[in-house]
Amino acid sequence: MSDTSYYRSLTRSMFLKVALVSLTPMLIIIFVAAWLFHTSYTEKVVSHLEELVERHAQSIDSFLYSRTAEMRMLAAAAPLEALRDQENLERLLLIMQEQYDGVFVDLGLVAEDGVQAAYAGPFQLGRARYADAAWFRTVMERGIYVSDVFLGLRGLPHFIVGVRRVDDQGRAWVLRSTIDFVAFTDLVRSIRLGQTGHAYIVNQQGELQTGESETLAEEIPTVLKLAARTGAGARAENGRDVRVFTAEILSGGSEAIYVTAPIKGGDWTLVFRQEERDAFADLYRARNVDLAVMAAGTLAIIVMAWLVSRQTVERIEASDREKELVNEQFIEAGKLASVGELAAGIAHEINNPVAIMVEEAGWIDDLLTDGEQLSADNRAEIVRALAQIRTQGSRCKDITHKLLSFARRTDPSIAEVSLNELVDEILAISEQRARLANIRIERRFLPVPTIVASAAEMQQVLLNLINNAVDAMDKGGVLKVATWLEDRQVVLQVSDTGHGIPQANLQRIFDPFFTTKPVGRGTGLGLSIVYGIVQKMGGDIRVSSTVGVGSTFSVFIPVKDTQKAAAEVETPGRMVRNKEAKA
Amino acid sequence: MNSLKIMLVDDEAPFVDALAKRLAHRGITVGKAFSGDEALERLTEGENPEVVVLDVKMPGMDGIQALEEIKRRFPLVEVIMLTGHATVESAIQGMKLGAYDYLMKPCDLDELIRKAGEASAKKRGHEQKILEAQAQHIALRMGD
Repeated sequence: MSDTSYYRSLTRSMFLKVALVSLTPMLIIIFVAAWLFHTSYTEKVVSHLEELVERHAQSIDSFLYSRTAEMRMLAAAAPLEALRDQENLERLLLIMQEQYDGVFVDLGLVAEDGVQAAYAGPFQLGRARYADAAWFRTVMERGIYVSDVFLGLRGLPHFIVGVRRVDDQGRAWVLRSTIDFVAFTDLVRSIRLGQTGHAYIVNQQGELQTGESETLAEEIPTVLKLAARTGAGARAENGRDVRVFTAEILSGGSEAIYVTAPIKGGDWTLVFRQEERDAFADLYRARNVDLAVMAAGTLAIIVMAWLVSRQTVERIEASDREKELVNEQFIEAGKLASVGELAAGIAHEINNPVAIMVEEAGWIDDLLTDGEQLSADNRAEIVRALAQIRTQGSRCKDITHKLLSFARRTDPSIAEVSLNELVDEILAISEQRARLANIRIERRFLPVPTIVASAAEMQQVLLNLINNAVDAMDKGGVLKVATWLEDRQVVLQVSDTGHGIPQANLQRIFDPFFTTKPVGRGTGLGLSIVYGIVQKMGGDIRVSSTVGVGSTFSVFIPVKDTQKAAAEVETPGRMVRNKEAKA
Repeated sequence: MNSLKIMLVDDEAPFVDALAKRLAHRGITVGKAFSGDEALERLTEGENPEVVVLDVKMPGMDGIQALEEIKRRFPLVEVIMLTGHATVESAIQGMKLGAYDYLMKPCDLDELIRKAGEASAKKRGHEQKILEAQAQHIALRMGD
């Protein structure tokens, strides 16, 4: 049924609109809020990491600086003889270890030629030769140096702080100490954040300075490259050049956030690495909550939109049904009104022959009471009067027959109806009324197929249109009724030469209760009933009217089954009939 | 007293004929017209009825129009409207336009004659007054 699909598409479009209108602002709010939160949270996390790394870089630098300062102090303050003396050196080492929590592992004094002159410490390094060691040469050159981590003579990772000293004879000496590697490594390893955040140090060559790790060794070159490519951090101007970037370096590893900071005057780089999902765990949690809320909201909106549109359409459907019912009642009411009008016309029509019969009967009565003997003239007069009564009686019979053929079609059931026949019948009833109103009726019937309609309803349509036309011509005129076939539609046209309908009223003529007739004369239902009936048949009705010239109502009724209908086109015998009522 | 003079106007010829015979039978002078136009024509030609019995519903010039025309051109002629039930309103309108009375069709003959008699009496009264007025006028002139 087209009705069902109409309501379904109505439901669909309403649902889409409601859903769209509700979803759009929700999604916009959620996305904007999420984006703002994401931005500010990321900024916060990054700046927190920057701060953390900077602080640690500072503490590592200060650790190295302190050790160096202590060595310089020792080198400068202690007499050379005391340093050259093994026992004294061991005593000094002991003091330093006590003072600095055993950070200094050993102490050694190396002569200009690279031969260790004195040594105090756990390793049997004795007169080790350092002439070719890189650190030794750097110390000789710069006067002070903290070496990279290397295995050295003892075969263990360690690094050295070396200080140069020149004696009275102008000979240079180098005081060196090994820094406790474990203590130093712990310093770096203590930088931990979340589950995956950890730090390490690499030198310029990309060698790991804190312990050994194969996975780290793999990513270091890339990290350094990326760090170099990343622009200087925001704090580079007045502090340490902390750089932040995110990358997925290890194959199979996840996206990680890297924070680098130069330490030891740029010789080393402190690298902090934390996996993104760990660093932004809160953010991701918030995002998940966000998504859950969004999903729930979307679902709720969709369900509500569906329910609301369904409910609304159901209501519309119910009210449509109600309207249809009311329409039917209108049609009933209008039927009575037009039947009333019809009855008045018929009564008048029947009144004339009845009046004649009454007068003729009275005349016979007069003649009979006149005298006992009937003259031949009077007898002939009585015969004439009786003939007249008979004539008038058959006139009454004709009228009642017309009325009966009209009344016969009160069955509202839908059947095949011959429109031309129906129009003929209605015109027959309206003829007398038209004649008295000086209206000439013109019929122009072309053969049209039968239409599928309720004869009673079609009568309503015709009666109302014709009554209106007659009412519009109170000074006489021409009523034209025409039928023809056009584009698979049967067209019925009723035109009058009456006073016409003003443009302002043309929009409202099909509204129920709209009437221009004086109170008590018109119900204002006629045309709305016509409209309702025509719409129900799937047809259309059009009006054209000019004030002072007349109005034309065209009713278009679809032919249901063209093939069948074509076969049933009325016989050409009835094709054109242009009977004119006597004016 | 002169006999009553009536003109019957209706498009239904058999009705006019039958009614005319019955009225004539009762000694009333009856004129017949089958349309408003014909009635006016006859009046213009000099036919001088006291009462015109006029059907309201007629093709061509209808009763109301005929009444207006008669009252305009022959103000002293009294008119009785004849109407079917459906046109009582136009009969009332006719009374407002100067008709003496109205009768419902089919009407009782005696009632018609009675009303026509009343109308005729009224007309005669009017004419009497006019004559008196004219006589007085002449007397005044003579008295000058």
